[in-house]
Amino acid sequence: MTARESTSTVARPLRMEVSGLQSLVAALWTAGYRVLGPTVGEGAIVYGEVRTIADLPAGYTDEQDAGHYRLRQRDDGALFGYNVGPHSLKRFLLPPRERLFTTIRTGKQLAVEPEPVPTEKLAFLGAKACELAALLTQDRVFSSDQHPDVQYLARRRGMFLVGVSCTKAGGSCFCTSMGTGPKVESGADLALTEVVTASEHYFLVEIKTAAGADLASQLPLRPATIDEQRQAELRIADAATQMGRHLSTVGLKELLARSTDSPHWDEVASRCLSCANCTLACPTCFCNTVEDVTDLAGDHSERWRRWDSCFHDDFSYLHGGSVRASVKSRYRQWLTHKLSTWIDQFGTSGCVGCGRCITFCPVGIDLTAECAALQARTT
Amino acid sequence: MSAIHPPFVADAGSALVPLPYRVQRFVCDTDDTFTLTLAPQSGGEALPFAPGQFNMLYAFPSGDVPISVSGPAARREVLIHTIRAVGPVTRALAQLRRGDTVLVRGPFGKPWPVAQAEGHDVVLIAGGIGLAPLRPVLYHILAKRKRFGRLCLLYGARTPGDVLYRRELEKWRGRLDVQVEVTVDRGDSDWHGEVGVVTQLLERAQLDPARTVAMVCGPEVMMHFSRLALTKRGVPESQIFVSMERNMKCGVGSCGHCQLGPFFICKDGPVFDYPRIAPVFSTKEL
Ligand SMILES: Cc1cc2nc3c(=O)[nH]c(=O)nc-3n(C[C@H](O)[C@H](O)[C@H](O)COP(=O)(O)OP(=O)(O)OC[C@H]3O[C@@H](n4cnc5c(N)ncnc54)[C@H](O)[C@@H]3O)c2cc1C
Ligand code: SF4
Ligand code: SF4
Ligand code: FES
Repeated sequence: MTARESTSTVARPLRMEVSGLQSLVAALWTAGYRVLGPTVGEGAIVYGEVRTIADLPAGYTDEQDAGHYRLRQRDDGALFGYNVGPHSLKRFLLPPRERLFTTIRTGKQLAVEPEPVPTEKLAFLGAKACELAALLTQDRVFSSDQHPDVQYLARRRGMFLVGVSCTKAGGSCFCTSMGTGPKVESGADLALTEVVTASEHYFLVEIKTAAGADLASQLPLRPATIDEQRQAELRIADAATQMGRHLSTVGLKELLARSTDSPHWDEVASRCLSCANCTLACPTCFCNTVEDVTDLAGDHSERWRRWDSCFHDDFSYLHGGSVRASVKSRYRQWLTHKLSTWIDQFGTSGCVGCGRCITFCPVGIDLTAECAALQARTT
Repeated sequence: MSAIHPPFVADAGSALVPLPYRVQRFVCDTDDTFTLTLAPQSGGEALPFAPGQFNMLYAFPSGDVPISVSGPAARREVLIHTIRAVGPVTRALAQLRRGDTVLVRGPFGKPWPVAQAEGHDVVLIAGGIGLAPLRPVLYHILAKRKRFGRLCLLYGARTPGDVLYRRELEKWRGRLDVQVEVTVDRGDSDWHGEVGVVTQLLERAQLDPARTVAMVCGPEVMMHFSRLALTKRGVPESQIFVSMERNMKCGVGSCGHCQLGPFFICKDGPVFDYPRIAPVFSTKEL
């Protein structure tokens, strides 16, 4: 936590009306941000542009379980009364496809034109605690000292983040196991908690950074009463008791590191389709590949980076064949990377407990259950 | 405006964007292996590298492949790469001729421990194209010969026709301060040298095992058996180094392809001391 952060977090929480949220969105657009947030589309909560708060999924919630996702109506008009859907913030920072450079051939000469560094300022309204934790997790991958990722960091650097603490948890959630939620503690400029009662609908606003304080100063806010703060805390505490899943992380890193030969991998492989849905939905999975696209004359070629997955056949290809030819070795790689070797590489777990991989697995494979099975075999 | 962001980094050039190099020389080493000498298209010095590091080479318009530098690190004006044509990209590189342009990113990865090897006997064990990444070590030691103890190169090729750098090997073999042993898997009527696996040459290597640094490069099974043979001869495991190979797309630890257990081979390797890589070395499908 930076010094700036720690001094501003002691500021007293504020109360913002729903109309204040509209002012917040407008202030961000005025400040030159493209404001993104949850919207309803494709039968799910997906991320898109938020021009006004009418774009938010008012009165929606979601129902999630292994291999199961349904949008449902709420009866209280809450704006953030759902958990995370198929999209995550990675699609804006590490786009599914992006051009890295263009090569032009003139005679025997080749000229390389790097893609311009992105300048668009992004803001995100409604980032849940696990989403923010995932962002910090991906940051570590793309900000190595030696070779920082220019494209990723240009998008990330100026991003304004409005976090929203969860007041309900979903059937696939286990952020409490991973220590990432449900309350937005850090990683955002402003942290909101939505309170809907029989008679009132307002937000508790916590200022987390100087930039957050800057924006808050333009909004109609007033100090929150002790009761208003309690209302918010109660709802977050409630969400913490509703986690649909649980993962016991004690000794898990070491267990996975020594489970290379476990017969359990064969068992998972008998169900896994190796479809890569889990890695595409996961907000921290960063694996990517490059492909070169050439025009017919062969004088112009573009290098594109796109999402890839360790579940794909050719991901580990070496001359002569794939290193991980079997599905069992790919699932083992994925799970071991997420929960064990990620810690060796980046000092944190690669899993934030968002549950997306569980919900969006077509056959309902649940990493918390797979870990429990591995743990049970050794006790 | 936001205070929560990753550490600020200067907008240095992206490591994902290559630089054009001109092919200055193209030499056929064997039927399927060739050596490129590359100089920056814009003039000036080539990117400095350390023995064991690699570059990503891109033969327009198709794909990037990791290739170790095989020339002397002391020659600052060029990059030398020795490549075996095995598939689409390496075959495209084989089509290059003097005057053509190739795109280069790098250098990447951790080098061989040449400084650490000073004052020690050094044994280099190479299998096939694995000789190329070790050649810069040989150049370095020969240039600073006094700083090192005994030097021994053990090299195994498939057939006599596959022996790389033949003239240089013969020249080095003529020196009194380096022991060069070559073997082939299958000989022919003109071959009067050794036949058999490279590990059997180790018995003949003149070294003081406890004071020896071993650098091994070749197929994973060959490195596995070399390591066993070195241990048997009494070379401490912490003084054995291997160079690992995995699929690579970025070279900088951000594409995920080269992972082996906790390591990104591109940035934590490709060179590893054996104790570090031992927990994951030769593990099936890892
Ligand atoms: C650190 C390192 C150093 C190397 N040094 C040398 C060297 O000095 N000389 C040499 O001849 N070879 C070297 N190799 C091996 C060389 O990179 C492969 O032979 C080459 O990638 C094969 O590509 P290809 O397209 O010709 O053939 P194929 O094997 O048919 O490959 C098809 C596709 O698979 C991918 N692919 C296959 N193997 C690899 C790989 N290892 N890394 C990334 N992608 C791969 C490529 O994208 C390629 O387009 C090195 C490999 C590594 C990891
Ligand atoms: S592994 Fe699954 S639960 Fe963990 S962060 Fe990724 S998608 Fe979420
Ligand atoms: S675990 Fe499920 S989502 Fe992931 S690859 Fe296997 S079948 Fe697909
Ligand atoms: S080659 Fe991309 S992570 Fe190593």
